[in-house]
Amino acid sequence: MWRSRVWLTRHAAARCECDPHAPPLRGSLPPKGAKFPWGGPAGIFGPCAVVFCDQLQTMNLITFLIQCLNALQYGLLLFLVASGLTLIFGIMGVINLAHGSFYMIGAYMAFGLAPLVAGTLGGGFFATLLIGVVLAVLLGYVLEWAFFSFLYEREHLQQVLMTYGLILVFEECRSLLVGDDVHGVTPPDFLAGSLPLGDMMTYPVYRLFISGVCLALALAMYFVFSRTRLGMMIRAGSTNREMVQSLGIDIKFLYRVVFAAGVAIAVLAGMVAAPVSSVYPGMGNSVLIVCFVVVVIGGIGSIRGALLASLLIGLVDTFGKVLLPQAAGVLVYVLMALILLWKPDGLFKAG
Amino acid sequence: MKTFQKTLIAAAAVVLSTAAMAQTQVKLKVGLMLPYTGTYAALGNAIENGFRLYVAEQGGKLAGRELEFFKVDDESAPPKATDNVNKLVKRDQVDVLIGSVHSGVAMAMAKVAKDTNTLLIVPNGGADAITGPMCAPNIFRSSFSNWQPGFAMGEVAAKKGAKTAVTITWKYAAGDESVGGFKEAFEKGGGKVVKQLTLPFPNEEFQVLLTEIAAAKPDAVYTFFAGASAVKFVKDYAAAGLKKNIPLYGPGFITDGTLEAQGESAEGLFTTLHYADSLNTKRDNEFRLSYAKTYKLQPDVYAVQGYDAAQMLAIGLKATNGDVSKKAEFAAALEKAKIDSPRGPFMISKAHNPVQDFYLRQVSNKENKMVNVAVKGLADPARGCKM
Repeated sequence: MWRSRVWLTRHAAARCECDPHAPPLRGSLPPKGAKFPWGGPAGIFGPCAVVFCDQLQTMNLITFLIQCLNALQYGLLLFLVASGLTLIFGIMGVINLAHGSFYMIGAYMAFGLAPLVAGTLGGGFFATLLIGVVLAVLLGYVLEWAFFSFLYEREHLQQVLMTYGLILVFEECRSLLVGDDVHGVTPPDFLAGSLPLGDMMTYPVYRLFISGVCLALALAMYFVFSRTRLGMMIRAGSTNREMVQSLGIDIKFLYRVVFAAGVAIAVLAGMVAAPVSSVYPGMGNSVLIVCFVVVVIGGIGSIRGALLASLLIGLVDTFGKVLLPQAAGVLVYVLMALILLWKPDGLFKAG
Repeated sequence: MKTFQKTLIAAAAVVLSTAAMAQTQVKLKVGLMLPYTGTYAALGNAIENGFRLYVAEQGGKLAGRELEFFKVDDESAPPKATDNVNKLVKRDQVDVLIGSVHSGVAMAMAKVAKDTNTLLIVPNGGADAITGPMCAPNIFRSSFSNWQPGFAMGEVAAKKGAKTAVTITWKYAAGDESVGGFKEAFEKGGGKVVKQLTLPFPNEEFQVLLTEIAAAKPDAVYTFFAGASAVKFVKDYAAAGLKKNIPLYGPGFITDGTLEAQGESAEGLFTTLHYADSLNTKRDNEFRLSYAKTYKLQPDVYAVQGYDAAQMLAIGLKATNGDVSKKAEFAAALEKAKIDSPRGPFMISKAHNPVQDFYLRQVSNKENKMVNVAVKGLADPARGCKM
């Protein structure tokens, strides 16, 4: 143990402090029997750590800071998409595979509504957003009434089957209405600029705007859930439906509102993300998986957990791509596995 | 009386079934395995449109045989590919397979086609191996090998005076091979590929790797993406401010069928491909007019590849009088043929990959305008093909 500490500190100090004069570490493997501070043999992790440090060494401070910004921004975008799922899956207990479709619908709304809004109301980015969200609330309300209200008492398998069916229906409707082409959405003029970053790069203002929307949404959700009467009723309803009902609260209506809010948040996420992600068939499916990862890591039903999990995934994904590109695809799932081993209920279990 | 009725029914059944058999013998079963959903959906549709256009121009028949289509959506998912091909080969018992776009899926198709000796024409998927180690007398390609456009661009980039380059692509066969072709020609021309960035398919968070490019400051960037992800990459590259500092090069797929969505961010990009929007030959103009009239859409390279897949099938069928079981004669006819493609006439190599001109194109006004011929009659080296 002592030897390993010495080895680690010596190498880490020499190699990982971005010292340009440090000799390359690749090839110099840890001494036999060396152990990492957590007690495992270094043999397996050694070469991995070596590549890791090697890459860190080549990264200068500005690049590192930009990458941190990228990680933060990606994490916040993830939270924006996943928070609607946390509401529906975490609080109402319905496994909603169609969540990705709501995200897709949002993106297509950003593409399709903009010319309509420009024609009738004279345009405006925020007017389009507002109309999109209103439509989404209506859609969510109707969907809950027609489909989801029958699912609360059912098994998870039936929920999965029905919401998977909804994905197919939404995809087919999209194909009939808009076609299968890829479309670009232009951000509004006042957000179209970019800020210089280092000597080579610029950072699009619109990405900062997305981060702002995410933060505002996170705060608003936190406020509603922990500080208002509505939030209290929702939390109570998720713990004991019958008891809340017997207190004279219309739980059916309440759930309909929560579901509509969840759909509206997903649609908003799609609309806000459309200018950077562009709009294309099946765009919801890739988002869906990582959303579930967020909800599972964060702890089912916890908004605080979802935010933390999103940021964590953003960090792991970003630095995974830079430092361990060979394993970038699986790192997020490794993170999930590790966290579930450590805390089987996720970081924050709603209670 | 009863026995009479029974015989009558039996006779009717026999007549009906032979009629049905005759019917299936006449119609050639064509299995289309293409992506109709996902990031490559538009490409799959363009290929089918092109294929059907040629068949329609021949009056709905190839070498006197009517066609019956069987369609499977492959979702660009290699894990499902083998099952999907088997649906067409075993369940529908198709005579010829057409597909697919994704290189990994096309590889799985080639494997099944080789094992079951089914005729296969690949209308896009450029995996080098299909006309390399896996080449077979019954496997053909109407498109390109991933190596080809990459190699052409490597020559162009070196001639433009770039000394260092960074490559960025998805970590799968098509990306690796495209970058491999570029690297081979670029380093032969005196350049050096200093960094090879990859991300898993179909991941689209490019911002991280764009930051890496900015930190490396190369003379040029070579990229391979296609479909919706090509749109996003080109937009992100411009939005990150890299476009004005480091020229972006790539195979034509990064700007084909995507220009409408890419808008201003693609303006001025140089790409290499075996097709361009302004070839202005009689053959191409006729094709474009006819395609636009039929589908109310402008054709792209994928439509041309679908169209040529049908042409190649027609040539083979003609030589064998519509009998696809004569594989050797089918192949011999194609190896000799000069295919009159809208892209310009091309030949089929010994390994059954097109030997064709590669154009240098530049994006201007949402069109991939031809600049010049970058490499004439470029043939894939067909490494590993024993045929």
